[in-house]
Amino acid sequence: MDNINEEKPRLILREHDIIENNSRISTVFDNQFDVKSFKKKFQIVIVRHDQTDMEFDLIGIHPSLVNCFRRLILSEVQTMAIDKVHVLNNTSIMQDEILAHRLGLIPLKADPRLFETKCDSKAAPDEKDTLEFELKIKCSNNKDSSKKESSRAEDMYKNSNVYSKHIKWVPIGGQKSKFKENEVGPIHSDILITKMRPGHELDLKLFAFKSNGKDHAKFSPVATVFYRLLPDIRLVKPVEGEAALRLQKCFSPGVITVKKDGDKQYAVLNENQARYDMSSRNVFRYEDLIDSVVMSKVHDHFIFTIESVGALPPEAIFREAVTILKDKCSSLLTELSSIM
Amino acid sequence: MLLAQLAGADPSCKTFVFEGEGHTLGNALRAIISSYPGVQFCGYTVPHPAENKMHLRIQMSHGKAVDALKRGLEDLIKVCGITLEKFDTEFTNFNQQNSQS
Repeated sequence: MDNINEEKPRLILREHDIIENNSRISTVFDNQFDVKSFKKKFQIVIVRHDQTDMEFDLIGIHPSLVNCFRRLILSEVQTMAIDKVHVLNNTSIMQDEILAHRLGLIPLKADPRLFETKCDSKAAPDEKDTLEFELKIKCSNNKDSSKKESSRAEDMYKNSNVYSKHIKWVPIGGQKSKFKENEVGPIHSDILITKMRPGHELDLKLFAFKSNGKDHAKFSPVATVFYRLLPDIRLVKPVEGEAALRLQKCFSPGVITVKKDGDKQYAVLNENQARYDMSSRNVFRYEDLIDSVVMSKVHDHFIFTIESVGALPPEAIFREAVTILKDKCSSLLTELSSIM
Repeated sequence: MLLAQLAGADPSCKTFVFEGEGHTLGNALRAIISSYPGVQFCGYTVPHPAENKMHLRIQMSHGKAVDALKRGLEDLIKVCGITLEKFDTEFTNFNQQNSQS
């Protein structure tokens, strides 16, 4: 507890309250903002990255800015989604508007950076701002005799399930040379759209436009994006024997490991897993464990996680968001100087 | 017009009206501007959820409110620049490290 007071500002989680480790040192909330010191203190560390998911640390930044990035990603980074459906024929049991809504929610692979936002919603589809698709499918009896005995709908009928893979891309103008079908179509081929029976038929034209999450959640580029403060857990006293197992159970899996040394066993903190602890204060239920653990959260260290839907890679989403904020501010600044 | 100001004779106390903005920009700007020296008060509000508007109020103990707003916007632009720069260098570093191992 003594050395923790001298370190970076952090919040210590106690049994019933939260205290600052040292109220005399200044935090991000107290410091006067200036760009130079921000540039010096601010750090980004990438922890995990793959095609759709990304986790990185934003260190030394004000929470309002982190939240600003999160909000921008959720509702202002643009993607393509089906927005208009022309129903030429629909004899399935699903009503046109429900069907259109379901189609809208299907995520598309199309890279939104290669398209423009459609300004006039009444204008004819253009290759720069619209993707056209077609869904033409008819259900019929399956004549294949080998499946005669079966009573499964998939065997008795053809096309009884309509999946996103049945959506066909219709290139407009020069799009055919610019894109391939798997670069613009649905990301997942097995999304069930509706079910049909013999005689039911769908004939639809689908139009995808570019917009953002403010307009409709289907345009949001992420499944979720969130941040949390970095938990810092310290074992300040050795915990041995049965207590070690109890201690392990108080934290998220992997945070505490119990090591065996002969017939003795003792608890060890797993440093690189500690960041994933959910920070429940279960330890404080045990009188004998209270003094052996210090749980805290670092004031200005954020674990930022982006889970992309798949149209944009997560790093591109973050870059887009920051660029949107930058552009927004500079356009406001020019306007400000023009009116003052 | 994206930006306007409410009437008031005193240049040190101003309310700016941002059309089409909300909590996203409001809170970030507020956080930065309220830390400046000379700023007595800085707060933002979205007066009505159905109206796409954000009000940002700045009261200065000395100096002009417009200057604080200007500096806030400029700083936010720089923050974005630094963030992008650091993110890109870290991203290339991360990829290099991972391709080696």
